[in-house]
Amino acid sequence: MSKRVDHSEAASKFIKAKDHLEFHDKRLWDLRGKRDREVERLPEWEQLRTLASAIKEHTLTHLADYLEEFERNAIANGARVHWARDAAEHNQIVLGILQEAGASTLVKSKSMLTDECEMRPFLEARGIEVMETDLGERIQQLDGEPPSHIVVPAVHKLRGDVSRVFADKIGTDPKNSDVHYLAESQRRHTRPYFLRAGAGMTGANFAVAETGTLVVCTNEGNADLSVHLPTLHIASVGIEKVIPRIEHVGVFVRMLSRSALGSPITQLTSHFRKPRPGTAMHIVLVDNGRVERLGMADFWYSLKCIRCGACMNTCPVYRRSGGLSYGSTYSGPIGVIIDPAFDLRKYGSLPFASTLNGSCTSVCPVRINIHEQIYKWRQVIAERNQLPIVKQQAMAAAGKVLASPKLYRAATEATNLSLAKLPRVVLYNRLNAWGRQREVPGAPKRTFRQWYLENRKPKK
Amino acid sequence: MTTRDDMLARIRKCQPAPVPLPPIPVFYDAATPVLERFRAGVERMGGKLVEARAGADLGALVRSLYPEAKVICSACAEVKGTRRPDPRRPPAELEDVDVGVVRALFGVAETGSVWITAAQFGVSALGFLSQHLVVLLDPALVVGNLHDAYRQRAHFDADYGVLMTGPSATADIEGVLIHGAQGIRGLTIVLVA
Repeated sequence: MSKRVDHSEAASKFIKAKDHLEFHDKRLWDLRGKRDREVERLPEWEQLRTLASAIKEHTLTHLADYLEEFERNAIANGARVHWARDAAEHNQIVLGILQEAGASTLVKSKSMLTDECEMRPFLEARGIEVMETDLGERIQQLDGEPPSHIVVPAVHKLRGDVSRVFADKIGTDPKNSDVHYLAESQRRHTRPYFLRAGAGMTGANFAVAETGTLVVCTNEGNADLSVHLPTLHIASVGIEKVIPRIEHVGVFVRMLSRSALGSPITQLTSHFRKPRPGTAMHIVLVDNGRVERLGMADFWYSLKCIRCGACMNTCPVYRRSGGLSYGSTYSGPIGVIIDPAFDLRKYGSLPFASTLNGSCTSVCPVRINIHEQIYKWRQVIAERNQLPIVKQQAMAAAGKVLASPKLYRAATEATNLSLAKLPRVVLYNRLNAWGRQREVPGAPKRTFRQWYLENRKPKK
Repeated sequence: MTTRDDMLARIRKCQPAPVPLPPIPVFYDAATPVLERFRAGVERMGGKLVEARAGADLGALVRSLYPEAKVICSACAEVKGTRRPDPRRPPAELEDVDVGVVRALFGVAETGSVWITAAQFGVSALGFLSQHLVVLLDPALVVGNLHDAYRQRAHFDADYGVLMTGPSATADIEGVLIHGAQGIRGLTIVLVA
């Protein structure tokens, strides 16, 4: 059985590294600020959000037809299309394609889906050398860690950390932590792999049904190098990435990088339609829990997600706990509503990693009601008895007290009295999670009811 | 039943009630002239924009932009360069190219992007293995925003096409912006009819 992720325990480790915490918080809030400035320049922004949301909802409610149309056009373009029900099938298909082509080195650009499928260790164990070529993802690969953010995978690291990893793994000068030097070192280290790799891999931001085109939005140029040099291109695509027509690409491209990084567009928006002569293109369409989610009345909206990361950058809990503390490929608010659908027991603590402030919902470019879904997941978790024991008992007690005015009055009066009188050791113990990083506010001298009875009670 | 048919059948069973597809309205920015917006977009994303007179010696212009370049690989007739991309040769042979030259089919003012296809590149790797890229663009072919770009449906029948906006870039370490991540280090767009 899967081990439960303890988000607050993992976050407490992250919080202990003060420099890292401060930088992480600041860097992500800075991305949020850049997003805001970019959004304010577009008077039609809110209209675009509505449009993007409706296009996604239309596509998802006609998903089978659009997938068939995409497949038909991709095959007509000369691509091979594969279907995978889960991660295991996906990984096996990719391995089969590589083996059939005799490719032993795979250069790949960033793909959350392949991380979700844990494809890299699977291929490596079977003799395939896998090279992540996105700088952030490569740093994480070399350090043996998953990405902590879906857009900026190594955002939780400082330059000194990268310098140590690179010195250890690719032989850079351990005393040099200059960012330009580190990035240039990676460029030089990676290039020979592009030149000799037998196969390249990308994900896809959008799969256009009308033309069978895969649209890939990147900044570094590594996705194009991964496709244009090897003779084999494999693309892993979640089934929710399909959109109806070319004209719809414009709507999403206008929003993606503005939401993610606060830039009007990624440096490269690549449209792969046909393999170049003499080469092969394989597209793997992956379910891995998505179909089941499509059938969940409250949760299918999360499939509209275009993976911009805006909800993560704005989330106070994410910024102060770090992506790795969520124990999943998808972290932050979007992870909180996606992960429990994969494994309710394992990710049962994540919907509680939120203040329900709704900031995620208001920045989401496709209008996913993220904070409402977080609340609904809490209900599901409570109904299915997946709450931790302490929380269960506390909730049961609170339920009894809140259901009875008499008990409630007695409890508030007693609490106010005890907050003022009790020694700290009793208040700030292990059972009071709330009091671990904060002071309990001072108790008022009397309860609202006492005040009301004295001042507002109608005179008889 | 194949995996494909099984997945499609389950999707059909799970699909929520149909939602209609909305039309895309026309969004129009009349406040600033298109070329002015295009220039601002290019420069903001780390690219350079120069204008050339019709009939100017573009080969000489490219050499003056990159005087130290040894290998200039040009995919367009207007610039001779030292080499032409050859689709019959392995693309990895372009790794020594200092400057690639190619003509774009249109530009986008909103973002400062240029649209380049496989046919224009000759060898698509030219746009990524070269250290620098010079892109020729007819200023009459700059459209307003991305909706205008994607409404030009025929352009998207290209085998491969890219909206390129400035040089390759990364900010993956501490958010420090670096131009010249893995692809081109510099992009110069030459406006010429």
